[in-house]
Amino acid sequence: MIGVELAKLARRPRSWVAIALLCLLPMLVAVFVAVTHVAPPPGQGPALLSAVLSNGSLFPAAALAIVLPIFLPISVAVVAGDAIAGEASSGMLRYLLARPVGRTRLLVAKLVALIAYVLFAVIAVAATSYATGVLLFGDKPVALTSGGITTQGVIANSLSGTGLTPADVLLRTAGAVAFIAVSMLGVGAIALFLSTLTDSSLAAALGAMAALIASGVLVALNAAASVSPYLPTAYWLAWLDFFRQPILWRDIDRGFAIQALYVAVFLGAAWANFASKDVTS
Amino acid sequence: MIVTTGLTKRFGQVLAVDHVDLEVREGDRYGFLGPNGSGKTTVVRMLLGLVYPSSGSMQVLGAPVPQRASAVLPQIGALIESPSAYGHLSGRANLMLVDASGPRVRGGRRNRKQRVADALDRVGLGSVDDRAVRKYSLGMRQRLGLAAALLRSPRLLVLDEPTNGLDPQGIREIRDLLLELNAAGTTIFLSSHQLSEIEQLCTRVGVVDRGRLVLQDDLAVLSGPTGRVRVLTPDAGQAEAVLDGRVVHRDADRLIIADTDVALVNAQLVGAGLRVHEIGPERRSLEDLVLSVTGSGSDRFGRAPAPAGGGLTADNLITDGSAARDAGAGRSSQ
Repeated sequence: MIGVELAKLARRPRSWVAIALLCLLPMLVAVFVAVTHVAPPPGQGPALLSAVLSNGSLFPAAALAIVLPIFLPISVAVVAGDAIAGEASSGMLRYLLARPVGRTRLLVAKLVALIAYVLFAVIAVAATSYATGVLLFGDKPVALTSGGITTQGVIANSLSGTGLTPADVLLRTAGAVAFIAVSMLGVGAIALFLSTLTDSSLAAALGAMAALIASGVLVALNAAASVSPYLPTAYWLAWLDFFRQPILWRDIDRGFAIQALYVAVFLGAAWANFASKDVTS
Repeated sequence: MIVTTGLTKRFGQVLAVDHVDLEVREGDRYGFLGPNGSGKTTVVRMLLGLVYPSSGSMQVLGAPVPQRASAVLPQIGALIESPSAYGHLSGRANLMLVDASGPRVRGGRRNRKQRVADALDRVGLGSVDDRAVRKYSLGMRQRLGLAAALLRSPRLLVLDEPTNGLDPQGIREIRDLLLELNAAGTTIFLSSHQLSEIEQLCTRVGVVDRGRLVLQDDLAVLSGPTGRVRVLTPDAGQAEAVLDGRVVHRDADRLIIADTDVALVNAQLVGAGLRVHEIGPERRSLEDLVLSVTGSGSDRFGRAPAPAGGGLTADNLITDGSAARDAGAGRSSQ
């Protein structure tokens, strides 16, 4: 069943359009920055972008920062929201269940396909933006001067101001990719749960986006400080800590934990609802 | 094949299915009839484990459903309400996906292409091109849905309006296909509101109305002779005199005579020198029968008729029907 779900996802033009758009946006940014050499001042605009000017191999991280706030969650919410609701509205859900595909099995297959999609999307963004970055900005090791100390053989400055070797950047980017993929699974789990509630994939995707936007508003609100550590987007930006020297694990760990909690709770709710539901679509 | 006992389904306040006791035997061609919204589809969905009953029990192919649905469903082919497919894929690609879904079968992946080709052949889509299903006509979709139901050579076919959207040739073709499958041992459970379809295909009917099973019997019994003779004669007035009180109903040239012996009535009429256009045993059509036991469908929201206006209403039909039912039970109703 997992293979069938992957095949369905792969044969749907929409999946590819979404990934193409995800990859195109960072490229567009890279072209502008490369042509004008005007990087956003530190603290403004997408993170790490100013560092990219000196070495392109840091661009995957910058690219992830570009797609993370809106593009990536939207595409994940659309795919996850479509999981059950899409089958229901196309009328295929009743035929699949009557085949019979067990309800739990179907949900697991949808989840695995979703995980594969999220990973593929994040890695595709990282890979294409690496190519773009190296092509436009080069990846030669440079001598960096920070805090009066000049370091040779590093390719970029970490956010803490010390140099990073190529191996460092690769490892840290991989860490960031993993963290962002897990963060997106939290979104996916919410959308998947909503997808079992409604027969409209649009409603499920928009519902998940609404939850994220609400969470984003509350995280930024000082008055909501008591709940903000438990919101789904609370630690979304913690992956930047992979690019500090040394890596600041505190928020990364919390981010993984809170996403695991959201995934567990919403998948559980999705299963409980779907397994006992009357399928009348 | 299918036995339900006190099957009941309540959706919130609405009682969709109310203590239905179905009995479908092996080899039956069972017609499941009822007005729109009478609960047919809900029963079908419960049989397939899609909707869980509020109370009552179901045995399908000898096993309780929904508890053992996973063991039973692989032997059932179903067309539920309307055919569905992924619109952006071809019919063949759709069947490949459907075939790959669900429990593994013998020869699984290896024979998939062949199974799909066979199913398409059976429903007359053998040489269909690779156009996307969204470009299919309604009839083609219907055939594709049927092909999906036939993929596994099921022991039981549960079909909801299988000839919907087909032209007369197509309907004929599908009916022949179903008869052929039935002859080879497949039990057919056909849910429909098209009476002619059921009348031409089925051996047994169940009629639901407002969630209740109001009638279930062999078609041969139900539409058998009513024990009266139907005569069409231009000399109806004289015939009434000749037959001496046995005429129970006269409508211009048409007479209904309370007598079981057609030949005797004929002899009497001809012996008296009267002309006869048509004579034969009266049979109730399935249409009369169904209309007599069901109310109007739930899609009708008409006003209650004025007391004197003889419009076609559920009440009238039920009144007419009770007379017909009495007659069917062998009593003459004057």
